[in-house]
Amino acid sequence: MALDFTNRTVNAWRRENGRVGVRNHVVILPVDDISNAACEAVANNVKGTMAIPHAYGRLQFGEDLELHFRTMIGTGSNPNVAAVVVIGIEPEWTKVIADGIRETGKPVAEFSIEQKGDFETIRAASWKAKEFVHWASELQKEPCPVTDLWISTKCGESDTTTGLSSCPTVGNMYDKLIPHGIYGCFGETSEITGAEHICEKRAATPEAGEKFMKIFQAYQDEVIEPFKTSDLSDSQPTKGNILGGLTTIEEKALGNLEKIGRECKYIDAMGPAEAPQKGPGLYFMDTSSAAAECVTLMAAAGYVIHTFPTGQGNVVGNPIVPVIKISGNPRTLRTMSEHIDVDVTGVLSREITIDQAGDALIEMIERTANGRATAAEALGHVEFSMTKLYRSA
Amino acid sequence: MSAPQLLVHDKADNVGVVVVEGLTAGTDMLCVVTEDNSDFRLTVTADIPIGHKVALGDLAQGDTVIKYGEDIGKMVGPAEKGGHVHTHNCKTKRW
Repeated sequence: MALDFTNRTVNAWRRENGRVGVRNHVVILPVDDISNAACEAVANNVKGTMAIPHAYGRLQFGEDLELHFRTMIGTGSNPNVAAVVVIGIEPEWTKVIADGIRETGKPVAEFSIEQKGDFETIRAASWKAKEFVHWASELQKEPCPVTDLWISTKCGESDTTTGLSSCPTVGNMYDKLIPHGIYGCFGETSEITGAEHICEKRAATPEAGEKFMKIFQAYQDEVIEPFKTSDLSDSQPTKGNILGGLTTIEEKALGNLEKIGRECKYIDAMGPAEAPQKGPGLYFMDTSSAAAECVTLMAAAGYVIHTFPTGQGNVVGNPIVPVIKISGNPRTLRTMSEHIDVDVTGVLSREITIDQAGDALIEMIERTANGRATAAEALGHVEFSMTKLYRSA
Repeated sequence: MSAPQLLVHDKADNVGVVVVEGLTAGTDMLCVVTEDNSDFRLTVTADIPIGHKVALGDLAQGDTVIKYGEDIGKMVGPAEKGGHVHTHNCKTKRW
């Protein structure tokens, strides 16, 4: 019997802006690479906080700088984050990011290092971080409708089993939950090569389809053509994909698209790290197909749980968003089961249906929202990778 | 029904996917089409790893390979019925 989602709830945190978060992080966010050390020192001083070091944030300009700001502000604004300490080398860009996060209504404090040095900055920021930890640790969870969750997806280390089992499992979840008002998101522009005509048809409106095709074509013209070494520069399918039995990019793309189910249609195509603007529904996002980069962008857009089908066994996690791994490959379950949250090998052996696998994933989404640590969280996978559009000045 | 060795997405497909480990040449495989749960039998002619594709009929150079009911590339070498289809004999048509 079909699950009834009207009264299903999870215990989670309702944030100041009404969004639902499933984690309660106090984040120490560096504006730039050279502020990583101060952020890590604060996180070391104050338990219950987490620094999110990254590689960029200096001498960026134009669209690339906008993406940097959007990713930083989006990460701090994510409902899985209770409060944020922002540290940058200079005050202006630090303020841009802190003010952007403040729009959510959550507590934000900002510090800059110039004219003070690391010691003074770390001292002042540590006091604030400690105050935030005391405050955040007393925030109470409350019952929130499952349908208030924002759930993203991206697959990794794909093989032919992902297209048969784990990707359609995610698709089944979206077919069941999207009509009830959740926000969904898929991306991976490069991995849709070969099935772009099918993806275009899955748009809810001609405008959304045209927007997707424009993004897809821009990727071909601006990235593939100028920099190619051969075909897709040997990047797609990857060596791991080929080992797993995937032969062509078309085959990989068709498997990838199984993640958006049979019924769902995407209502908009967004730029990287952009927050959805058209209300509940499924969205396409222009992202790299590299796991950590893609999950980082979707987390910055506001998604609070990520569903990640894998065939050959990807191990990725994210600092602020729980990443639920789903695999149907029995060899992967045999050799690296510590990374897998939902075992759907029964789909291949015909012991369970895709419909049952979809229900199992929804149950794991609910357990994860209620607090179950994912495999990636238990194993300390906190990969945070910024997407960069071009060289810094 | 016992567990199949080969799954086929669509009735129109001319390749299927090995879904068990350690499949050896000569195995009489139970093959299931996931679209409608219909089944048939096929003898595999090589040791083929899990996840890799098997030709459902004789495929010649230039033939279109169909999976998910869609064109996924062309044969650049032959594969006999029950033989291995992968990068050595199958390639995208794009390049």
